[in-house]
Amino acid sequence: MSRRSDFVAGVRTVAPVTVGIAPFGLVAGVAAVEADLGVDAAMGFSTVVFAGASQLAAIELLAGDASLPVVVATALVINARMLMYSASIAPHFEGSSGRVRALAAYLLTDQAYALSVVRFREDGTSMPYYLGVASPLWVVWVCCTLVGAVVGARLPAWLPLGFAVPLTFLAILVPAVEDRPSVVAAVVGGAVAVVGAGLPFNLGLLGGGVSGILAGLAAEVTE
Amino acid sequence: MNAWVAIAAIGVGTFAIRASFIYLYEYLDLPPLAERALELVPAAVLSALVAPAVFVRDDGSVAVADPRVGAAVVAAAVAWYSDDILLTIVGGLAALLALRAAV
Repeated sequence: MSRRSDFVAGVRTVAPVTVGIAPFGLVAGVAAVEADLGVDAAMGFSTVVFAGASQLAAIELLAGDASLPVVVATALVINARMLMYSASIAPHFEGSSGRVRALAAYLLTDQAYALSVVRFREDGTSMPYYLGVASPLWVVWVCCTLVGAVVGARLPAWLPLGFAVPLTFLAILVPAVEDRPSVVAAVVGGAVAVVGAGLPFNLGLLGGGVSGILAGLAAEVTE
Repeated sequence: MNAWVAIAAIGVGTFAIRASFIYLYEYLDLPPLAERALELVPAAVLSALVAPAVFVRDDGSVAVADPRVGAAVVAAAVAWYSDDILLTIVGGLAALLALRAAV
């Protein structure tokens, strides 16, 4: 496939997924304005940081007059899971230039990682497809933040669009679990994340990911 | 003002996290076990993203008898048979609305 058709294929794949991002983008905008940070800071968070969970935590801490080091450290611990994404996706980006890789890194999110890494394994297409997946997520995130910040719009509570986010990951997870080590990794990763769901800094997610990987490796070695 | 200092610091730090291995990978000579660990990242992390959203309620309690669990089972079945993200999302959301209405 050509670069252009790879990019378009990525856009097509991500289109339904953006539905789940929209409510959180609105919340990211609303939260910043309600914390008296202003529309400009709301947009600053969504464009410069571009990582939802860490944005919301930072906004809440700033609103509570937390000290700057606490705000920054909290946000970065929440985003530490992206080290795993960066390592996992890196082999597929080796052929790209430094500038393109910088763009790819900036656009790296849970969704962009999940949607493209399984596809890479299937047919080896990489950067254009990834950028096709990652860019619409950025556009929707930034636009929804703006709407949330300016209009103060939220979606009605009965409409569970936010559930589309875990459903997206589930849709990718099911075919990705293909042998005993990956089953063990998924079961342990999910269980640890559930047990650790109440931990601060999103540590349940990080701990679930790391322990799932270790358990999967253990299953592989003992096979 | 404080907000913009925070935005800049978090932005730089988050970019460093995201870019880390994307730039370092070619200089690393990873043993086979580490390569295999990287292959297990999707299964472990995706499950860690999904499971709390399905089994943990807003009040922090863990529940198996919850509309979201039923919706996730339906969605997993749709994903298994269709391997289609859009169908999985639509099927899961429809199941969630139906189960909520039925409970």
